[in-house]
Amino acid sequence: MAMTGVLRPGHAIVRVLDLDESVKFYTEVMGLKETGRDKSGRVYFKTHEERDHNSFVIRKADKAGLDCFAFKVANKATLATLEGRLKEYGVTTEKVPAGEMLGTGERVRFKIPTGHTIELYAEKEDVGNGLGYVNPEAWLPNTKGINPVRMDHALIYGGDIDGNLKLFNDVLGFSLVERVKLEDGKTDLATWLTCSTKAHDIAMVRHGEDDKLHHVSFLLETWEQVLRAADIMSMNRVSIDIGPTRHGVTRGTTIYFFDPSGNRMETFCGGYQWYPDMQPTTWTWDEVGAGVFYHDRKLNERFLSVVT
Amino acid sequence: MERHDVLIADTGETYRCPDTRSLLEGMEALGRRGIPVGCRNGGCGVCKVIVESGTYSARVMSREHVSEEDEAAGRVLACRVRPTSPIRLHVIGKMKKSVCRTVEPVDAFNVTQPEPEGDKPWP
Repeated sequence: MAMTGVLRPGHAIVRVLDLDESVKFYTEVMGLKETGRDKSGRVYFKTHEERDHNSFVIRKADKAGLDCFAFKVANKATLATLEGRLKEYGVTTEKVPAGEMLGTGERVRFKIPTGHTIELYAEKEDVGNGLGYVNPEAWLPNTKGINPVRMDHALIYGGDIDGNLKLFNDVLGFSLVERVKLEDGKTDLATWLTCSTKAHDIAMVRHGEDDKLHHVSFLLETWEQVLRAADIMSMNRVSIDIGPTRHGVTRGTTIYFFDPSGNRMETFCGGYQWYPDMQPTTWTWDEVGAGVFYHDRKLNERFLSVVT
Repeated sequence: MERHDVLIADTGETYRCPDTRSLLEGMEALGRRGIPVGCRNGGCGVCKVIVESGTYSARVMSREHVSEEDEAAGRVLACRVRPTSPIRLHVIGKMKKSVCRTVEPVDAFNVTQPEPEGDKPWP
């Protein structure tokens, strides 16, 4: 399949309560690479493996949570097309000029029905993964911490996830991959959507408050790397929510944990490949536990209630 | 390191918490219960308590859940305060179960992606 339109999650901007503590956590425990700081105080990171300038940005604030989640699109023409489609659909868009974020081109910013801020952009500076583009070695030695492959997806919480699904589906070209139904058998409790061949690029859960973050997720290559990540978390006294375990939904192996400001993060591995001719998978209310935590087959009390 | 008695007045539960650990960590480390456990890092607000007596040192907490007035009145997150004396507290935070079991059916739900043929209605 040709990759067109929206390519992948591009950056998450997350609020933290203590900047120095968070920078130390994201560099030494998560093993991200700091790529810059701007005048407004934002600190930029990417995984070592990622090639674009940044994928994860933090800023100091008096409350935790997610400022925005952004997607990279194929090129500037696609950005213009998608901006036009959003306006036609009735979405108010705002242009953020190139350079407002370090290494990042013009962004189109808008709010989705659950109140979250989403951005689209076409250009981000290619700073490389440190291995070069000619005859590269297989991996970088001397990295720190968990060292994930990429910032992979986010799970957001809010009210009108039906409106979100319609917007992502009809306007941005995402596909529905999996869903969990509520007790009535009709209403979605949660949906997993993809713009690519991944099992999810963004997911959402119906919730009483809008604009909430459940987690931002980072990809690891193997189950053994997931176990190693849990060891590193324990060595560093990281607050683990649950895991290592497996999700029924997407089949990914996972650890949920909290950053030093209480923002939930995930390191995960696996999940299946999706193609747009496939039909979505449905989980019923009575098996939601197995859908979310496949081994325990029940939700922990934090899953539906602890968000930032 | 000093240890102090912490009384959860709601349940009558008492545990010994070192001054190197938060009230929440101290409770969890001994397998005790009574204060809801969320992110453990000052962001989610579910472990909010009111300290009725005793002294403590506090770290930064999300203003979404603890206002300046709260903090001044001893309404704090158990994950962000460490005891410097014996503590008596009441729990005021709770797990918010925001998704109700009964919700309005969404009849107008209309997505262009076709429903798969094998997707039967649920009982």
